[in-house]
Amino acid sequence: MSAYAFSVLGVIGINVMLAVSLNMITGFCGQFSLGHAAFYGSGAYAAAYLAAAGAPLPVALLAGIMVAGVLGFIVGFASLRLRDDFLAVTTIGVSFLFVGFVRKQHWLGAEMGISRIPPTGLGSEGNALLIVGVAVAVIVASIYVNRSWMGFCFRAVGDDENTARTIGIPVYAYKLVAFTLGTAIAGLAGGLYAYFTQFIVPDSFGFLVSVTLMAMVVIGGTGSTLGVVAAAIMLTLLPEAFRFINEYRLLIFGGLLMLVVRFAPEGLAGLGRSMLRMARAKK
Amino acid sequence: MTAALHLDAVSIRFGGVIAVDHVTCSISAGEFVGLIGPNGAGKTTLIRIIAGLLAPDWGRILVSGVNVTNLSTAKRVRNGLAMTHQIVRPFRSMTVLENVTLAAGHRITANPLHALLRWDRGMEEERSREVLASVGLKGAELKPVLALPLGQLKRLEVARALAVDPFVILLDEPLAGLNRREAAVQMDVIASINARGVTTIVVEHNLAEVVRICPRVIVLDQGRIIADGPPNTVIADPAVREAYLGMGASHAAA
Repeated sequence: MSAYAFSVLGVIGINVMLAVSLNMITGFCGQFSLGHAAFYGSGAYAAAYLAAAGAPLPVALLAGIMVAGVLGFIVGFASLRLRDDFLAVTTIGVSFLFVGFVRKQHWLGAEMGISRIPPTGLGSEGNALLIVGVAVAVIVASIYVNRSWMGFCFRAVGDDENTARTIGIPVYAYKLVAFTLGTAIAGLAGGLYAYFTQFIVPDSFGFLVSVTLMAMVVIGGTGSTLGVVAAAIMLTLLPEAFRFINEYRLLIFGGLLMLVVRFAPEGLAGLGRSMLRMARAKK
Repeated sequence: MTAALHLDAVSIRFGGVIAVDHVTCSISAGEFVGLIGPNGAGKTTLIRIIAGLLAPDWGRILVSGVNVTNLSTAKRVRNGLAMTHQIVRPFRSMTVLENVTLAAGHRITANPLHALLRWDRGMEEERSREVLASVGLKGAELKPVLALPLGQLKRLEVARALAVDPFVILLDEPLAGLNRREAAVQMDVIASINARGVTTIVVEHNLAEVVRICPRVIVLDQGRIIADGPPNTVIADPAVREAYLGMGASHAAA
C-alpha cells in the first residue's frame, strides 16, 4: 500500500471514531449535539501541546481524553435540562466558542496552530494501523455499551425522559455518562489526529466538521453503530474517490442528508435491515 | 401504624392560582382510594407532586414514614412508589416485553456502572412475563408497542408500574379513552393488584367505576379536599354535588 492509502486509512479511522462517539450521545441517548468538533479539537490541542512539550505518546493521548471528557462533562451538565433543539443551539455555540477561543491563544499558536508535534516513530504504516486498531476498539466498545443494560437505559432516556424517571431510571446520570463517554472518545480521536498530521490549526475543528459528523450519524442510521461506521467510511471516501466532489462536498452531504431524512429515516442501517427482510422473504 | 402515604399540608401555586391548597391526608397500607373531582380540581397536579414530577411550594410527602419531599422521582420509585401517566407514554422504540423488563430491572438501572457491567436480562424478562400475564397481556410480549390498541397500552402502563415492585401505586386516569367494557376489565385488573396488598390510588373521571370498586373516595375541588369517605356517603354529600353540578346547574334545576 502507498503512503497515500495509509493516510486515507488514518482519516477513515479518525472519522469512524468521531461518528461512533457522536452516535453514543445522539443515537443512543437522544441528545442532539452539533458541537462534537469542539471536543475533538480540545483533545487534539491538549495532546499536541503536551507532545510538542516532550510528553510521551500515551501521556499526550490520555491528556486529550481527559480534557475533552471534562469539557464534555461540564457542557453536558450545563445542558441537562435542555431538550432537542435547545441542546442543538447550545452545542452550536460551543463549536464556535471553541474555535474563537483557540484562535486568540498565543500559547496554543493562535491562528497558526501547533506545528512542532513529534512523530510517533511508527511510520505512516504504523500510524494508520494504530488508528485503525483504536477505531475497531471504539466500535467494539460502542456495541458492548448498546447491548448492556446501560444501552437499554440510554434508549429509554432517548424515547421518553419522564417515563424513564417513573420506572426509577436516574435520567440525568445516564445523559451525563453518554455525553462524557462520547466526548472523551472524541478527545482520543483528536489526540491521534494531532500525531497523525503533526500539525493542527483551529479551522480543522470548526462547525462544519460538527455538521459533517452529524451527517454521518443520520445517514448511517441514528443509533446503529455499524450503520454509522459504514456512513463514516463512505462519506470519507467519496471526496477522495472523486476529487471534483471536494468542492461541492457540503452541497452533496446536505443533499444526501435531506434524501435520507425524507426517504430512509433509519439511514443505511434501516436500508440494510429492509434488504435483509426482502432477501429472507424471497427464500 | 405508619401510613403508606401521608400528605402534610401539600400546596402548589401556579402564578395567581393555588392549584393544590393545603392537602392533608393519610392512606394506610393496602387501601384502595379513588381520587375524584371536577376538571381543574388539581387531581393530576397532586399526583405529579406525589410522584416528584412537580415540586410543591409547601408541605411534606411521606412514604412509609420516610420524607420523600426532596427526593427525585427515580429515588421515590426506589422507595416503593410507582405511577402511570394520564396519557400513555410507552418507550416507543421497544417491544411490550422490553418496556416492562426495563422497569423490572430497576435495581440494575439505578446505577449506571451496574448497568454497564450487565448484559443478561433473563431474570427480569421472566418477572416481566409474569406481570404482563397478571394484567392480561399474555401473548403480546414481542409486539412493538406502537402496534397495541389503547386499551392494551393502558394495561402496559399498569404492568410497567407494577414491575418496579411498588407498595404504593398511583394511577392517573387508567380508564380514560376506554369503552365501558374495557374500563370494567381494566378496573378489575387494578382491583386484583390491590388485593395483592399494593396500596392503590386511582385518579378517575369515570365515577361509576370508582364507586363500584373503591372502598374509599377522596373528592378534590379547587385544590382542597371537600369530602373523604365511603363512596355512597361521598356521592350523597351536598358539597360534592355542588362542586360537580356547579351553581349554574342548581339554578337551571330551580
